[in-house]
Amino acid sequence: MNMIYMLLGFSIIIALIFLIAFFWASKSGQHDDLYTPSVRMLFDDEPEKDAEQKSDEDHP
Amino acid sequence: MKENLSLSVATVCYHCGDDLPTAPYVSDDKQFCCLGCKGVYQILSRHNLSSYYVFNSVPGASQKKAAQHFDYLDEPGIAADLVDYADDKTTVITLFVPAVHCSSCIWLLEHLHKINPDIAQSRIDFPKKQISITFKNQLISLRKVVELLTSIGYEPLISLQDVVKKQQSDHSERNLISKIAVAGFCVGNVMMLSFPEYFGFSNFEEHYRSFFNWINLALSIPVLLYSSRDYFISAWVNLKNGILNLDFPLALGIAVMFIRSAVEIITKTGSGFIDTLCSLVFFLLIGKWMQQRTYRYLSFERDYRSYFPVAVTLIKEGKDQAVQLNELKTGDRILIRSNEIMPADAILLKGEAKLDFSFVTGESLPVDKVLGEMVYAGGRQIGGAIELEVVKPVSQSYLTKLWNNETFAGQKDPIRTFSDTASKYFSIALLLIAVTAGVFWVNTDLNKAVASFTAVLIIACPCALALSSPFTLAAVLSIFDKNKFYLKNTAVIEELARIDTIVFDKTGTITNPNANGFQFTGSLSEIEKQLVSDLARNSGHPLSRELVKWLNKDTIYPIDRYREQVGRGISGNVNGQELKLGSAAFLGIEAQEKGSVVHILIDGNYCGYFLSKQRWRAGFKQLALTLGRKKELHLLSGDQDHDRKLLAPFFQGSQQLHFKQSPQNKLDYILNLQNKGAKVMMFGDGLNDAGALRQSDLGIAVTDDINNFSPGCDAILDGVAFEKIPQFISQAKDAVKVIHMSFVISISYNAIGLFFAVQGLLSPLMAAILMPISTATIILFTSITARLYAYKNKLL
Repeated sequence: MNMIYMLLGFSIIIALIFLIAFFWASKSGQHDDLYTPSVRMLFDDEPEKDAEQKSDEDHP
Repeated sequence: MKENLSLSVATVCYHCGDDLPTAPYVSDDKQFCCLGCKGVYQILSRHNLSSYYVFNSVPGASQKKAAQHFDYLDEPGIAADLVDYADDKTTVITLFVPAVHCSSCIWLLEHLHKINPDIAQSRIDFPKKQISITFKNQLISLRKVVELLTSIGYEPLISLQDVVKKQQSDHSERNLISKIAVAGFCVGNVMMLSFPEYFGFSNFEEHYRSFFNWINLALSIPVLLYSSRDYFISAWVNLKNGILNLDFPLALGIAVMFIRSAVEIITKTGSGFIDTLCSLVFFLLIGKWMQQRTYRYLSFERDYRSYFPVAVTLIKEGKDQAVQLNELKTGDRILIRSNEIMPADAILLKGEAKLDFSFVTGESLPVDKVLGEMVYAGGRQIGGAIELEVVKPVSQSYLTKLWNNETFAGQKDPIRTFSDTASKYFSIALLLIAVTAGVFWVNTDLNKAVASFTAVLIIACPCALALSSPFTLAAVLSIFDKNKFYLKNTAVIEELARIDTIVFDKTGTITNPNANGFQFTGSLSEIEKQLVSDLARNSGHPLSRELVKWLNKDTIYPIDRYREQVGRGISGNVNGQELKLGSAAFLGIEAQEKGSVVHILIDGNYCGYFLSKQRWRAGFKQLALTLGRKKELHLLSGDQDHDRKLLAPFFQGSQQLHFKQSPQNKLDYILNLQNKGAKVMMFGDGLNDAGALRQSDLGIAVTDDINNFSPGCDAILDGVAFEKIPQFISQAKDAVKVIHMSFVISISYNAIGLFFAVQGLLSPLMAAILMPISTATIILFTSITARLYAYKNKLL
C-alpha cells in the first residue's frame, strides 16, 4: 500500500519536470513566434537541391 | 516554340504579379512590369536563389516606388540608436519589413548569407514582420545591409518611433502565460487527488484522505500566492480608490476558499474547496489571456515620429551631412530630395518645390511653392531636390504642435464596460446575502453561521460572470479581424455599440486614393479616345496610367516620335495624327480649370480636357444612407470645398459639412460635439486627423495597407471593409446583448448555489461540479451566440 505514496511522488515530480521545461521554453523565446519555425523546417528539401544543382552547373 | 507559347500566355509580372505594360522588361524569358522587379529577379538568379519563385507564384512586392536614401545610416549616432547589440566584430539589428507576406519571403530573407557572406545570420519573425540580422560590422556596414534588403525588394521601415517591438514588450504576456502554466499544473494534480474524495473512500483507504488533502493544500499555495496575485492587487487598489470592480468578489472568494479549506484540512473536519479554487483561478486566467491577446504587428500608438524620417540631410559648409531630426536647429540649411518628407517648417531657398500634403492636410492636389515661401512640415516633395532653411525646430512646427495639445498629455479615459458597472451592484448584493445568512444562523448554530457565510462567498464567486465578457468580446474580435477590422482591445467593441455620432474625414477616408475617375469636358470621338489611350499607355505618370485604365481601350496603334517631359506632358504621332497630352503650359494654351487636368491637343486643335475626380470608396453612398437613418453624420475635411455639392446629399443639412479644417479645428469640433453629449466616432487617415482621432470616443484609422503608417487610434479599418461599417456596429450591439444574456445565465447558476449555501448545506462536491459546469456553459454560449449573430450580420 505504501506504493501509492511513491507513485504519487513520482507523478508529481514528473509533472514538475514538464512545468520547468515549459518555463525554460517560454523564457528562451520558443513561444514568441509560433508560425515561422513551422515554415522554416519545410525549406531544406527539393527546391534547395535544385538550387545546388544549378550552382554546380554554373561553376563546373 | 515552347518559349514563344509561355511568352504569349504571361500577362502579369513574374516578380510582383502586376499587369504587364505593352513593352515589358524581359530577363531569362521571364517578363517584368518594371526595371525594379527585373533587378530583383536578376540579383536572386545570380545568387542561385531562384527557388524564391518556386514556393509561391509572384511572391515579390511591386518595385515601382522610388528608392530611399540610406546614407544617414552611416552616422554612428543614428546607427547606435537602431542596433540591438554591437561589439567590435558583430552587430545584431532587428528591422521591421512590411513587405514580408509569404513563405517565399521567409526563405529568401533567411538566405541573405548567399547574397552576401558577410551577413552571418538572418531570422524572420513572421507574425511581427521583423527580421533580425547578425552581420560582421568590419566587412559590411549597416547601410549596406539595409540597401541589400531594399535591392531585393524588402525595404525596412525605419522611423523615430519604435516600429520594432522589442522582446520586453511581451513581458506582461509571458508573465500571464507563466501564471496559467502554474495554475494548470496545480489544477491537474489537485483534480487527480480529489477524485477519491468525489467517489468516497472505503474504510481501509481512510488514512489516505488526510495525506491527499495535505498535498492539495500544498499545491494550492502557488496558485494563491503567484497565479491569483493580480486579482488581490487589483481588488485592493480599486478598493482604496472606492471602486468595487469584479476583482473584489473574485479575490474575496479565493481568499475565503483558501482559509476555509486550510482550516478544514488542518482540523481534519473536511476536505475543503481546493479543487474549486485551483480550477477557478485557471479558468479566470485563461479568460484574461483571451482578452489580452493583441495584434503583434499592428501599432495603435503611433504619432508623427513614425511618419517622419529618422534623419535629414544637412548642408554645412557646402557638404552634405545626415543628422538626426531632433538635432535640427533653427537656421539650419537642409536638402530634401524627391520623395522625401519635410521634417520641419522651413523657407524654400533653392529648387522647385511641388509638395504633396494629402496625408497632412487632406488637400488632394500637390502644392507648388516659390522661392522664399514658407513650406510646412509633413509634405512630401514630388519634384526634384530642394534646399530650405529651417525656421522652427521639429517639435514646434505647424503639424507637430498638435501633439503638444493637452489631449495628448494624459492617458485617454478607459472605456467603461458593462462588467465594471454590473460588478459594483453584484459585489454589494453578494456581501449583503452573505452577512444576512451569517446573522440568520448566528443565534442557533455558530458553526453553521460561519459555514453559510463562507459558502455564500465561495459559490457566488463570479467566475462565469468574469468570463462572459472576455469570451464574447474575444469571439467578436476574431470575427472583426476576419473582416479586416482590427481593434486595439476588446473594450472598443462595447464603445462601438454606444456611438451615436459619426464624423468622417474626406481625403483618403471616404475617397478611395487608388481609384480615380475622370470627367471629360470638350468633344472627342471614340477613335480619338483610342489615340489618346495609345499615347498615354507609354507614360509612367500616375495620371496617364489612370487615364488608360479609365478609357479601357485595347492597344491598337504604335507610336512614332514619342516624347515625354516628366511631370508636364507627352507627345507623339499616333496613326498619322499629332497628339499632345498634358498640362496647359505644355500645350501652350490658357488654363481654365484648376486641379489635376490632362488637356488634349490633336493636330494642333484643342479638343478639351480630362479632369481627375476622386471617386468615393465602394459602398460609401449606401453606407451614408444606412448610417444616416440612425446616427448623426458629419464631415470634416482639410480640403477645398469643391466637393461640397457632390457630398451634400449624403449628409443631412449643409451645416454638417466643414471644409478647410485645420488639425486643431477638427479636434475642437469633436470636443464641441462631446460637450453637447454626443458619443463620437471619428474616421480619419492622415496626421491631420490625429488630434480628432485621439479626442473622439472612438477613433478609427482607415488605411489601404495596414502596414503603412496610420495615426494613433482605437481601431484600424482596412479600406476594403469600409462598406461593412453598419454591420460592425450592429455586431457590436449584438455582442453587448450576448454579454447581458450570459450575465443572466451565470447569475442563475449563482442563485442555485446560493440556495444551498445560505442553508449551510453546500458540499465541496457540489461546488466542484457547479463551478466548471457554469464556466463551460458560459464559454460555449458566448462563443456560439456571438458567431450566430455574425452570420445574421453577414460578417461570417
